Amino acid sequence: MQDVINRVTANPKFLEFVALRSRYSIIMTLLGAVAYYGFILLVAYNKEFLATKVGPGMTMSLGVPIGVGVIVFTIVLTWVYVRRANGEFDETNAKLIAEAQK
Amino acid sequence: MTIKHILAAAAALVAVGGAWAAGADLGQAQKQATNWTAIAMFAIFVGATLWITKWAAGKTKTAADFYTAGGGITGFQNGLAIAGDYMSAASFLGISGLVFANGFDGLIFSIGWLVGWPIITFLMAERLRNLGKFTFADVAAYRFAQTPVRTFAAISTLVVVAFYMIAQMVGAGQLIKILFGMDYVYAVILVGVIMMMYVLFGGMTATTWVQIIKAVMLLGGATFMAVAVLLQFGFSPEALFTKAVEVHSKKDAIMGPGALIKDPISAISVGMALMFGTAGLPHILMRFFTVPNAKEARKSVAWATTWIGYFYILTFIIGFGAIVNLIPNPADYYVGGELAKGLKGGGNMAAVHLSGAVGGNLFLGFISAVAFATILAVVAGLTLSGASAVSHDLYASVWRKGKVDSATELKWSKGATLALGLLAMALGIAFEKENVAYMVMLAFTIACSGNFPVLFMSVLWKDCTTRGVVVGGTVGLILATVLTIGSASVWEAVLQNPKGTAWFPYNSAAIFSMTAAFFTIWLVSILDNSAQAKKERALYPAQQLRSETGLGASGASGH
Repeated sequence: MQDVINRVTANPKFLEFVALRSRYSIIMTLLGAVAYYGFILLVAYNKEFLATKVGPGMTMSLGVPIGVGVIVFTIVLTWVYVRRANGEFDETNAKLIAEAQK
Repeated sequence: MTIKHILAAAAALVAVGGAWAAGADLGQAQKQATNWTAIAMFAIFVGATLWITKWAAGKTKTAADFYTAGGGITGFQNGLAIAGDYMSAASFLGISGLVFANGFDGLIFSIGWLVGWPIITFLMAERLRNLGKFTFADVAAYRFAQTPVRTFAAISTLVVVAFYMIAQMVGAGQLIKILFGMDYVYAVILVGVIMMMYVLFGGMTATTWVQIIKAVMLLGGATFMAVAVLLQFGFSPEALFTKAVEVHSKKDAIMGPGALIKDPISAISVGMALMFGTAGLPHILMRFFTVPNAKEARKSVAWATTWIGYFYILTFIIGFGAIVNLIPNPADYYVGGELAKGLKGGGNMAAVHLSGAVGGNLFLGFISAVAFATILAVVAGLTLSGASAVSHDLYASVWRKGKVDSATELKWSKGATLALGLLAMALGIAFEKENVAYMVMLAFTIACSGNFPVLFMSVLWKDCTTRGVVVGGTVGLILATVLTIGSASVWEAVLQNPKGTAWFPYNSAAIFSMTAAFFTIWLVSILDNSAQAKKERALYPAQQLRSETGLGASGASGH
């Protein structure tokens, strides 16, 4: 077991892979945070914008599609990450381990 | 606009401010007439879930079965169970009640409760699954000295569980008065006893299935209500909003942000507590050990996020549905038939009254039973995670140094369940008349200031040490508690100090306590030059390999 650990951790491809995946996680985290805090800062500093009607004579305000949009965006973001992690990343992962166990 | 309207609006604004700081809260309630339909529906739910518990009991033979259902839950099932843990009665009744009272502000509030999920997905889920076995302390203590880290994690778990639990038990007592027309103390005993049966006999298997059934019932019931409301308006949200603005006393103000966010620091701080606190809740974290591998762990959060997000969209529609269905008929839904006196049973009953309006008495009984079952299921999950902290972390790991057989550990977990169940009932009765509105938010603040930084740094930072996480986590836990006590929602509302004397000016401590925890972990770790610290740093590559690749992670049944 220790052999395998040494071989995998010494493999530059492993470090590269971990770095790539970490970068991707951080970018996705930032996207999620920007969407939420962007919305909250709009609420804090520009209430009028969110209360603006979506069209002349309409009751619905821009805040409704934006708010629901934040929810939908959060869900989509999660699935995009999970698809890539469960597909591409897991394949690379399995390959690296298999290489080290040879 | 009359004076009465202005007063009502002012009262509602205060209520919203409090709710934002507190988490949706069920408050004090008046006892209503006995509702036999609701009681019968609830009895059916309990009967069915106890039957499942009997089945689960046959599968709960080892400590691993008790903690993680043998690791055999699929990602989809676990996603529903996580969503069930998260969609409490307070979020269903409280958020729809908030939308009913203030419109758009309710949506702002609910979004905050969703944004923690991507953080768990992107940063925690697979690493937790790869490193852990039964509790999040397994992960935090992976390469560290077991005794101090596990002791801290267990204490922090129990504190979070206790605050979350008191809020649930008191909520159950208040709800039973209005939903079933029964006395407070019955609710506490009922919830305590049934919940203990689930956990004692069926362990994680029963707790998970109770959660799944409840989640499906809640999502199904809420979907029916939202569709029924939209059907009244030919599926045109615009028509729904137009009618709501026409009948609501606040008119067009319900379509834009109101007084929910007062100062940006509080808003960001509450956001941090919700965003990172979710990733530190012990009863949520332990669900990641019930799935066989990292792939399923990721799938479970994606499903959980989907269901929770969908649920919040439904509560928004339900809130507006209540506006257009209840306000035009004060005789049926308001105290004394007068709008000024408020909804029968209080503002949180908006969704319950709406269920009667769109689905008749039988459906009202169903929704009431679901709301109560929700509390029951959440309390079961909390008890299980508290019991695991006692039996796995404190007893088996700290006291017996891991030298204990599965049967003895299982006995201890059952003993701990019994003790925690009795404690929950005692606390529920003790806090009946207390204001517990701040407790869920306090649980989130402690989770994001104690548990989350400890987990995050131990898994992702190679120079982190035992001393760093224990000192930093403790600083976070204490600061979160002390600052919350100093904020208006506790200092003035609970401790009865005069208005304006709260010495902590913001709604949430998270921005300060979480930052302090991270900073302390960093500082204490880099100053730590002990031999133990060197050993721990040397262990990082092996931990990183396992957390990133799953190499050597516990298998599905072989835990």
